[in-house]
Amino acid sequence: MSNSITRALIGAALLSASFAHHAFAETTLNALFMAQAAYSEADVRAMTDAFTKANPDIKVNLEFVPYEGLHDKTVLAQGSGGGYDVVLFDVIWPAEYASNNVLVDISSRVTDEMKKGVLPGAWTTVQYDGKYYGMPWILDTKYLFYNKEILEKAGITAPPKTWDELAEQAKVIKDKGLLQTPIAWSWAQAEAAICDYTTLVSAYGGEFLKDGKPAFQSDGGLDALNYMVTSYKSGLTNPNSKEFLEEDVRKVFENGEAAFALNWTYMYNLANSGKDSKVTGKVGVVPAPGVAGKSEVSAVNGSMGLGVTSVSKHPDEAWKYIVHMTSQDTQNQYAKLSLPIWASSYEDPAVTQGQEELIGAAKLGLAAMYPRPTTPKYQELSTALQQAIQEALLGQASPEEALQSAAENSGL
Amino acid sequence: MSGTWMTTRAWLLMAPLLAVMIAVIGWPLVDTVALSFTDAKLVGTGGNFVGLENYTKMLSSGNFQRTLVTTAWFAIISVAAEMVLGVLAALLLNQEFRGRTVLRALMILPWALPTVVNATLWRLIYNPEYGALNAALTQIGLLDSYRSWLGEPGSALTALIVADCWKNFPLVALIALAALQAVPREITSASLVDGAGPISRFRFVILPYLAGPLMVALVLRTIEAFKVFDIIWVMTRGGPANSTRTLSILVYQEAFSFQRAGSGASLALIVTLLVTVLAVAYAALVRKTAGSAA
Repeated sequence: MSNSITRALIGAALLSASFAHHAFAETTLNALFMAQAAYSEADVRAMTDAFTKANPDIKVNLEFVPYEGLHDKTVLAQGSGGGYDVVLFDVIWPAEYASNNVLVDISSRVTDEMKKGVLPGAWTTVQYDGKYYGMPWILDTKYLFYNKEILEKAGITAPPKTWDELAEQAKVIKDKGLLQTPIAWSWAQAEAAICDYTTLVSAYGGEFLKDGKPAFQSDGGLDALNYMVTSYKSGLTNPNSKEFLEEDVRKVFENGEAAFALNWTYMYNLANSGKDSKVTGKVGVVPAPGVAGKSEVSAVNGSMGLGVTSVSKHPDEAWKYIVHMTSQDTQNQYAKLSLPIWASSYEDPAVTQGQEELIGAAKLGLAAMYPRPTTPKYQELSTALQQAIQEALLGQASPEEALQSAAENSGL
Repeated sequence: MSGTWMTTRAWLLMAPLLAVMIAVIGWPLVDTVALSFTDAKLVGTGGNFVGLENYTKMLSSGNFQRTLVTTAWFAIISVAAEMVLGVLAALLLNQEFRGRTVLRALMILPWALPTVVNATLWRLIYNPEYGALNAALTQIGLLDSYRSWLGEPGSALTALIVADCWKNFPLVALIALAALQAVPREITSASLVDGAGPISRFRFVILPYLAGPLMVALVLRTIEAFKVFDIIWVMTRGGPANSTRTLSILVYQEAFSFQRAGSGASLALIVTLLVTVLAVAYAALVRKTAGSAA
């Protein structure tokens, strides 16, 4: 009798202990992503579901904001002392995040296997001052997309190799009356405009900063803005480009209203086989062109990484989640809207099949990725440059004057 | 009961509210003032005392002056248009006709929309590629080709003002309509008998009844318009070329995008001061009108 009571008690104790243990082990991670370009919201949810299925003791709350709100939301949550464990960050922010202690240094967690397997260009996305502040996740650059049908009608046999050729081909298309304004860009007063500008700066061999001081107001930096203004004023560029973000460019291109468009990886499969696209099967993609005597191709580093915030109470679980999201298996499985960071994935038929053209462009483009300046004051510099680009396009200032005042207002 | 006890009791009864107000308004305000004299960043260590530097830098910067003009322009034009439209709509809805109740209810709708929804809606209307405004204007022959309404400095601010008016004139109309219903019928009938035309009827009979309530609407709308942020942030983010950047957007950029909490706080206080001056001036005006009406 007493024996059975003892047994029952022990059983109860064990049971409650196991419950308690379970409740204790349950961890909730809050993660911040963007609802724009690259992986779709559905993709991110599916990847996360696979993680929580494999780790039932970890729950992940996902939040999505537009790219334009990502930086401020991260910083604000940090400033108010709570918020996210895992945040998506753009290649331009590690300097600021590191100096303001927003992200933790995870150098010790990065394994040799990761270091060897991931493309070197991808690592530059998460590094600052020799330290690692996260794992690269979205490996992206701007490509030149073209409408094969329109080029064919215009009698153009090959897409442009240089920016001058692009202007010539666009002029042929315009003169033949195929399209009034053949080129679409994302030149709204936003970071998107800086990405297009940077692509051109890399083509013209320009430099943003020299010894920490602005250098974009002369040479390549000035040539790049001059190209934009000329293209805009000559009517080859869709004038609405100055209020377009990436999604607007995609809509115009998918409606067949642009022969050429500069955009990220994600547009390829959406435009070429998406259900809302009117140009399915007619989409061509090449690396952004170069400039004769200066560059073969041009590209901006538009990659993004996942990092652990310094306020996270669960850095181990957060890192585990990041490892899952950036793993080769996960990335190969969702390679339609964003290409993997892993070098060997580009030889894997499961990844390349059906998008050989994109992979071909990626091999050249990703190797040429040019960085936007690395400085803790990047947001100020970018804001000043956005204003300069728009003033020059609108004819409120000459490109020289506009860039000169941007250099003065950049805070550097 | 003695007067002192009444006073004490009044203070006692208000004490809980006062405590809450000090906690949620007073303390943050004091903290912001303290912050505005430092070079504190948004995250990381608290800053060093820099005296009036934030203020002098801000007030002398071209950015601030240009933004102040943009904000004032936005506030004056949008509030003036809202007052005129609101009063006209109220006069119309005060007439007796079939379907008046339905129309009165419908009129509230724009005002009931969240600002962000309203902004998104108008951004679609103004869309340069497939916007309804472009389609309508080209189809009736007023425009030759589609225009980029939010992409040109000349039209962007006007486009924003229209969107803001559409949302906010119902508030003015509502207040004016309530005031109109207080106008005694005998007086309007008497003025009709005396042979007053519609304009002098409005000017000498109806307007005196409207003046007080309209002053309240004017104060509310001006303060709101001066602080405008969300509708602009959603529609243009201050572009093109900063032609629609208002003071609140400048505060946001300074404090959050650039993470300079100190100078952001100083700018926020400058805006608060400007709005307070407006509010006090209006309050004096309201008291004067109320006095003359009595």
